[in-house]
This record gives sequence, structure tokens and C-alpha cells, in this order.
Amino acid sequence: MTDTHDTRREMPLGLAQRGYTGVIQHLSAKDASSALSDIELESRLIELGFVEGARVEVLHEGLVGRDPIAVRVDNITIAVRRREAMAIIVA
Amino acid sequence: MELPLLHLALVGTPNSGKTSLFNALTGSRQKVANYPGVTVERKEGFFVTPLGRQVSVVDLPGTYSLRGRSPDEEITRDFVLGKASGETVPDLVLCVADATNLRLTIRLLLELKRTGRPMILVLNMFDIANRRGISVDVERLAKELGVPVVTSIAVRKGGTADLLALTDEISAKLATEPAENNWRALSVAELRATQREADRIISDCVSLPSRPDTWTARIDAIVLHPVGGLIVLALILFVMFQAVFAWAQPLMELLQSGFDALGDVVHATLPEGLVQSFLQNGVISGVGSVIVFLPQIIIIFLFILLLEDFGYMARAAFLMDRIMGGAGLHGRAFIPLLSSFACAIPGIMATRVIDNKRDRLTTILIAPLMTCSARIPVYTLIISAFIPAKDVWGFINLQGLVMFGLYAAGITSALVVSFLIKFFMLRDYAPAPFMLELPDYKMPRLKSIAIGVYTRAKMFLHRAGTTIFSMMVLIWFLASFPQPPAGATEPAIDFSLAAIIGKALEPLLAPVGFNWQIAVALIPGMAAREVAVAALGTVYAIEGGKEAAEQIGQVLATKWSLATALSMLAWYIFAPQCASTLAVIRRETGSWGWMAATFAYMLVLAYAASLVTYNVAVALGAG
Ligand SMILES: Nc1nc2c(ncn2[C@@H]2O[C@H](COP(=O)(O)OP(=O)(O)OP(=O)(O)O)[C@@H](O)[C@H]2O)c(=O)[nH]1
Ligand SMILES: [Mg+2]
Repeated sequence: MTDTHDTRREMPLGLAQRGYTGVIQHLSAKDASSALSDIELESRLIELGFVEGARVEVLHEGLVGRDPIAVRVDNITIAVRRREAMAIIVA
Repeated sequence: MELPLLHLALVGTPNSGKTSLFNALTGSRQKVANYPGVTVERKEGFFVTPLGRQVSVVDLPGTYSLRGRSPDEEITRDFVLGKASGETVPDLVLCVADATNLRLTIRLLLELKRTGRPMILVLNMFDIANRRGISVDVERLAKELGVPVVTSIAVRKGGTADLLALTDEISAKLATEPAENNWRALSVAELRATQREADRIISDCVSLPSRPDTWTARIDAIVLHPVGGLIVLALILFVMFQAVFAWAQPLMELLQSGFDALGDVVHATLPEGLVQSFLQNGVISGVGSVIVFLPQIIIIFLFILLLEDFGYMARAAFLMDRIMGGAGLHGRAFIPLLSSFACAIPGIMATRVIDNKRDRLTTILIAPLMTCSARIPVYTLIISAFIPAKDVWGFINLQGLVMFGLYAAGITSALVVSFLIKFFMLRDYAPAPFMLELPDYKMPRLKSIAIGVYTRAKMFLHRAGTTIFSMMVLIWFLASFPQPPAGATEPAIDFSLAAIIGKALEPLLAPVGFNWQIAVALIPGMAAREVAVAALGTVYAIEGGKEAAEQIGQVLATKWSLATALSMLAWYIFAPQCASTLAVIRRETGSWGWMAATFAYMLVLAYAASLVTYNVAVALGAG
């Protein structure tokens, strides 16, 4: 998983458009206004495979507020809300 | 020497095929479906290994970690850690992985290793992995993980042979005193390190061709399209409800004429008297009037099972998440609510996958408003008696449309109730996160669909034979005794206990247009909704006397006004007429209070809805 994205700007996955592909740089739960505590949110994201270095692609968006999003993480697809996806910093 | 029973536990990430393995090993028929979170209970089964070892195996809810965030995950955690009081800890843990998707399971396995329990990693769904060209260096994986690894295909005959052989081999040399348990909840840093370790092992031992499941991608392009997806969902539901009405009709008519013929035979062969009346009016008119609905029950279950097995349910939850969020419901509530269309009881159990307590409670409270299959007999009976079977706009059956309307009324009222709960009771509500794995689609497997439908049909018939039958005996008895005095001119039933009870209740129900026969039918209808149909069948059959060979629907059409019929439909959208549902609510919420609250709010809604419906209908001239 060498990434060629060094030159791209970091951004939260929560702002990504459909079709976006990138690599997870780090998790930052304090940037997401989730109902969960920072620790709990990070734990859950990691448990679903959102760790540094994983490739992500935004496959689908919902209708209302283009939320939630369906994200390909390596070879599985996970649905998350944008609110929580704000904690995932990608580039 | 007889070896002691070997205790196995199936642990793994959701949807990895644990229950399929459990069924393959033990020959049971626990529910299997293609979405995460199907199993929410612990289930034990038994089998004997090829070498003759007696084994107990426990199927557990899927989980991503041992932290136990929701009630179903707690069951798994407590069992694996031996926390459930009086439980033996498993001798051997079978960690079940979806071989096409190893990352999360390998991390879970590394966490499980800390419990010190002996373990096997089962690479399940190996058929799919092979088809996709995924190759796993099983030996190396076992060495890296320090755990024996075996492949399996839970859904194929003989697909568990290697697993059985390995179980024999390992159980022969299991240490009597297992290593101590070092498990504690992982910190974020440890979790991250464990996932990294898992990813490293996978990249060393597994080669993934970059050939993703193109079918899933193609189907999702339509099904998860922001607008198109919602249209598809609405279409699926619409077709489902139309089908329940339209497709079942010929079969139902066949069953009905069968029962009519049977009734005639009984009538002709037995001498007039109590025995004849009991068999013809109590058993055949009563129980038969419910069994007639079997085809409809089968169709609704068939639809739901197909959607579940295909992998659509998680998608529907994705599409509905924000829309339901507007009504204060969580996206994960969608699957429990949709399964409540079959029956609210498994639906309420399925809410265990919702981790937020308030989200779960709200879902439990509204699940009984979903139109369960036990309402189908009531709705169908009344609709076919009162609504003409003509087509509207050329292609939609009017009866089917009314049925759809009743389903829609149930759904709408559930959303409104949920919204009110959020608004009045749970004000400081912050939306709990929605995170859900969307599994790859799978071709529904004929055998598991057939088993699912068969199990449901059997349950329905069993209920007809037990609950409904005993209620019918009761109703027949109440409607037949005491017998009229000699020389009485009124119908015999007017002297019966049923009439006395019904007439006592009538004033309460008169404002909503119910007569005393309905009042009597509603009482046993508390046991189960469809009993009301059977009870009406019996009461009217006895009332009609000798020439009552008519079908119950035709009887209703002559005895009820349209306003009464509509009022009855409205009543059944809301009425809490199911003792088992109330018992499950009490168990799942752990509170009599919530059970009482459900009962009360539904009763109030039912009465109010019927009152409005009846009076509006009368005012429009349908009285
Ligand atoms: N092709 C194939 N499909 C399988 C295999 N094992 C399970 N499945 C399918 O995978 C899906 C999930 O199986 P389940 O047994 O319900 O999974 P589970 O691990 O019990 O899931 P939860 O109870 O939700 O944790 C179902 O659609 C099964 O038919 C397998 O070995 N091969
Ligand atoms: Mg299961």
C-alpha cells in the first residue's frame, strides 16, 4: 500500500464526494461531533477496518444530505454517516 | 473410559457463517441470512465427531470485538469469558472467518487469543474465496497466528469434514488446565496495533487478486442510487403487499372449498346435536377459517426470506437511515421493523443489535405497529367481504390497494409515534452513529429458503392446532351453553354465555360500531390476532344454525355495515391483540412498565382510530 497521494491535501472522509478514493492518514475523533466519546468512536472505526494506510473509496451516498455514505475499505463495504466519517482523515 | 462432553463455541465477525456452520454440524435449522446481526441469542446443539466424541456446540451472535457494545455482543462476550453464571467456558473456540474478508476476523482472533482459550481459525465460505481467486497459505497462516487453521464450506454437503477431523485431532490432546485469561478491553493504541499486525499477517499469507465482486458493484449502482434506490425499495414493498393479496387467492379458494366440503361431510354424516355442532362450527369453521390464510403467510415470508438471503436488507437500512432519522429512528431499526411484517416477536428480538438504549426502546415500542402476518387473515377477510375486487387505473387491484393502505397506515403511525417519543420523552437525544457492513450479494439458496418457509408454515399450523384450537373450543362452549329453554323462539345463541358477555361489553364498543359478536371475538383475540377471525366464524356459524354452510366472509357482508367493517380494520392496525408480543416486550425491556405503556398506547390509538373511522363512515352514509 505505497501511496502516491503524498501531494494531495488531507481532508476528512466526511467531506468526500462520491467517487473519491484515497488512503487513510490518521483518525481524529475530536474533529467529529459524534454522540460517542472520542475513544469509543476511534475504537469502533478501527474495529471496522478504518486504520492508517487502508485504501478507501466512497461508493454511494444517501439521498438526504448525501448521507450516509457507503465506503469501500480495502475489500469490504461499510456504511457510515458523514458525521462519524469526519473523524477519518484521508488524502 | 467415556470422555467428557467437549464444549465448542462459534465466535466470529457478523455474517461470517457461524450459524450456517452450526446448522451443518448439528443438523439444526437456526436462522441464517445475508446481513450482519442475524443471530441475537445463544443456541446450543449437539453432535458426535467421526471418532465418536460427544460435542456440545454453542452458536453466538457475531461481534467485532469482545467489548460488548450492544445486548447481542454482550451475550458473546459473557459466554467466551465465562461470565454468564453457571456456564462452562468453552473447551475450544471456533473462530469463524469469511475467507473473502479476513482483516476484521484476524484482528478479532488476535484479541481472542488473550483469553487463553484453545482455538481454531475456520476459514469459511472457501468456495467463494476460490471462485474469486483468493489464495490462502493455510500452513503459514497457522504458524504466524499460532492457531490451527482449517477451511470450510458451511453450505455444502461434506464442507465441514476437515473441521471435524481437526476437532478430533485437537480435542484428543487438549490440556486439562487451559492457560489463564489475560483478556481486558483493548485500548485504542492496542486495537490499532492489533489491526496492523493482522494486516501484516494477511499480506504475508493471503494473495488477493484485484477482482472485486463485479455483480455486487453493478447491482449496488442501481439499488443504492440516491433516488433510484428509494424507488426500487418502494417497488419491492408494493409488489410484496400486492402479491400477498393477489397471488394467494387461487390457493386460498382451494383450501376454503376443501374446508367447506369437509364441513358438509360432517354435517351429512353425523346426527344433529352437540358433536355435530362442535366439529362443524367449532373446529372446521373456526380453525379452518384461519388455516385458509396459509398461502398468504407463505408468500410474505417468502419475500422477506428472499430479501434477507440475497443481501438486500443491509442496503435498505442504508437507504432508510436518514429518512427514519427524521422520525427519531436509527437506521439499524429498519431490519427489525421489516421483519416485524412477518411477526413482531423476532422483530423485537432483533433490536438487540441496536447499541443505543433509547434507539432500541423506541424501536421495540413501535414494532407491534408493523402489520404482522397474523393481521393478514383479519384484513383479508374484511377486505374481500366489503371491498369490490375491481381494478383501478387498469392494473392495480383495488383490494390489494386497500391492503397496501393498511400497511402504509401501520408504518406511518409507527413513524409518528416514534417522532412523538423523541419529541416528548427523549429530548436530549443525540443521534447514535450508524455503522453497518454491507455484505456482498449472494444468490439466495433454494434449500435455506425452503427450510425457512417450511418452518414458518409449520409454526403457523401449529398455532392453529394449539392456541387457536383451544380458543375455539372455548368460544364454541361459550356460544353453545347454556342451551335455550324448550320452546324458545329466539336464536339459541341469544341464551348463551357468549351473548351475555358480548352484550355486557357492547355499550363500551358501540361508539366504534362493534356489535356484541365482535366484542366476544375480541376477547380470545387477545391470545392471537387471527383468533378473532376464527371466533367470528364460530359465533356466526352457531348463530346461523343449520343452514349456516355459508362462508364467514359472506356472513359478514350481510351482518355488518361498511362503517363497522372499516372501523374493525382501523382497530386492527393498532390494537395490542397479541399476548406473546407483550410478553417479549416485557422480557426485552426488563420492565413491566414498558409493557403496560405499549399496551395502553396501542389500545388508546385503536379506540380513537376506530371511533373516527366509524363516525366519518357513518356521516358519509356507509352506516
Ligand atoms: N457460499 C457460501 N455461503 C455461505 C457459507 N457459509 C455461510 N454462507 C452464507 O453466508 C450468509 C451468512 O451466514 P450466517 O450463517 O447467517 O452467518 P452468521 O455468522 O451466523 O451471521 P450473524 O448471526 O449475523 O453473526 C448466509 O447467506 C449464508 O447462506 C459458505 O461456506 N459458502
Ligand atoms: Mg448467526
